[in-house]
Amino acid sequence: MKFTWFNLMPWPYLPDDFREKNHSVWVDIDQNLFDPVKSHEVYNTYLDLMEYAGTLGFDGIGCNEHHQNGYGLMPSPNLIAAALARRTKDVAIVVLGNSIALYNPPVRVAEEFAMLDCISGGRLVAGFPVGTSMDTNFCYGQIPALTREKYQEAHDLIMRAWHEREPFAFNGRYTKLRHVNIWPRPIQQPNPPIHIPGGGSVETYDFCLDNTYSYSYLSFSGYIRAKALMSGYWERVAQRNTADHSPYRAGFAQTILVADTDAEAERLYKEHVLYFYNRCLHVYPGFADAPGYRTIKTIQSGALSQYAPPKGYADVTWAELNEGGHVIAGSPETVRQKMEELAKSLHVGNIFCLMHVGNMPKEKCMYSTQLFAEKVMPKLRNVFPDYADDDRFWCKPIAKRVTPGNLPAERDLAALNASH
Amino acid sequence: MQLKTVHTPHVPVRYFEGGTGAPLLFLHGAGGLVAGDPFFAKLAGKYHVYAPLLPGYGDSEECHELRDMLDFTLHNWDVVDALALKKPIIVGHSMGGMIAAEMAAIAPHDVDRLGLIAPAGLWLDNHPIPDLFATMPYDFPKLLFHNVEAGAALFTAGVAFDDPEWLKSFLVSNARQLGMAGKILFPIPERGLSARLYRIRAKTILVWGDSDKLISPIYAEAFKKGIKGAELVAIPEAGHMVTIEKPDQVMAALGRLG
Repeated sequence: MKFTWFNLMPWPYLPDDFREKNHSVWVDIDQNLFDPVKSHEVYNTYLDLMEYAGTLGFDGIGCNEHHQNGYGLMPSPNLIAAALARRTKDVAIVVLGNSIALYNPPVRVAEEFAMLDCISGGRLVAGFPVGTSMDTNFCYGQIPALTREKYQEAHDLIMRAWHEREPFAFNGRYTKLRHVNIWPRPIQQPNPPIHIPGGGSVETYDFCLDNTYSYSYLSFSGYIRAKALMSGYWERVAQRNTADHSPYRAGFAQTILVADTDAEAERLYKEHVLYFYNRCLHVYPGFADAPGYRTIKTIQSGALSQYAPPKGYADVTWAELNEGGHVIAGSPETVRQKMEELAKSLHVGNIFCLMHVGNMPKEKCMYSTQLFAEKVMPKLRNVFPDYADDDRFWCKPIAKRVTPGNLPAERDLAALNASH
Repeated sequence: MQLKTVHTPHVPVRYFEGGTGAPLLFLHGAGGLVAGDPFFAKLAGKYHVYAPLLPGYGDSEECHELRDMLDFTLHNWDVVDALALKKPIIVGHSMGGMIAAEMAAIAPHDVDRLGLIAPAGLWLDNHPIPDLFATMPYDFPKLLFHNVEAGAALFTAGVAFDDPEWLKSFLVSNARQLGMAGKILFPIPERGLSARLYRIRAKTILVWGDSDKLISPIYAEAFKKGIKGAELVAIPEAGHMVTIEKPDQVMAALGRLG
């Protein structure tokens, strides 16, 4: 199993009556609720927590891309990843990912991911999401019905930019470049491992299988509700006579909270979990799915937007969130059992652990993270022994990596002269 | 009114045809077109009406090759050619008005008479048009009708949001129709028409409901300024769906085209 400690970076100061008084947490969120001075501490605390997780044995630390969003302060995940690349040593840097249809020209992604891979010594795990409709269409103005075509073209351009060793011309519909010749290129060859977040469309399943990318389902509704979608993916894997059904072909995001006992977990984390579901997921349903963003096939499959659940999350309770599997919380043993059930029932090898939730203070987050790393993670390492050697979907750092911040305290004059 | 099919180079096109008189091409708005539209019956009482559905609308086939404004404009000229129409009167409502204006601007010698009913296509920073694509179905009547209550009744007839199958078919038709419309209307319903309006040579009638809350009547002035000799007929107590709320007055206005 591969565990990535993930932080959505929510704004922790949404008021108690946020849901009642505000239109949406996303797209047109009230500017007055953001305080740049307070954000200085928020950002640095969140980065500290990610670095902390990097010292505890997690395989990766992860970030993603959202725009104009009260629960995701990462419009540029690559800036976060760059900060992490310098301050962490061995842990993978999982950028899940860059919404490649939004970068103009998309070779920017090829370049920035290459930089991250070079700076981190080959520790990048790259993600290429289409992006949510909120981000892609309503914030960044992409035409819904053309978004997927543009995404596909951006993907093809990025892969060619990484793979080819001669300058080439790219005559796309959305991007025309006469001289593609990125400098630098990534350490990992032919390219860093790629994860594709998806929401249940067959086209995306096939795209992952065609290219040996890992399919990840980043949901807030938990592992029990994810069963139908992930089964659809594995059925497709079987239908296409794929050579293997390695669990690392899939990833799943799950909110996880650990304490000494189940009761302590409720006492410590309930308010932060409810903050997230009640306030942070207060998305105006009109922004959830611009018409044309989802393919007809996907709509017909019944995969509706998780941002506009029929009942909403207004009155959801701690008990409901636990019973429904939205949240896995409790003692190390409770969490272990449920995580094992998650991994086996969904057949997923990559877990994106949402361990900072809502307005959780750093002390609680560190406590939960440490318990998970020490008392849960080691017991789950070997859930899929048959695939222990499958490294196709994970980064391969170079062996000899430098230690950042390692300039000599005093300049050695002899060396200075010798280097002439 | 009969629903028929005509073949264009890109896609088979479904169109309504009916009535006798001068040929008139009617281009629908983003909401689409239904056979029972009362305005339609009135149009057919005076003209030989051809009302093509944009690909993806109603039961018509989608066309992924149509991506931008030029594609839409030329596609509609392809439809005119396929129907073998000679200089039809071109009338468009809302999005259809935008396409009609583009058709007249790109081929000014082929359009003599043009009716633009609350057309989209321009953008005034001080009068932003509401985001149609972020509007929930229950909020549409407020934007579209002068008489919101009557409009809401029309709008919610047959709606069953609690029924998952109904919801699915609603979302599919939205994806097909508004997905297509979004190619020229999203995120801002403007694709450079203002720079081309000067090319229009047709006699042009602008028709606008006084209480249009989707595209404010202020836009009528902007169109009037851009199209040489255009006449404006403002219709009181009518919203964006002026064709439904005041069909006789719209007919009378179009009558001025001769």
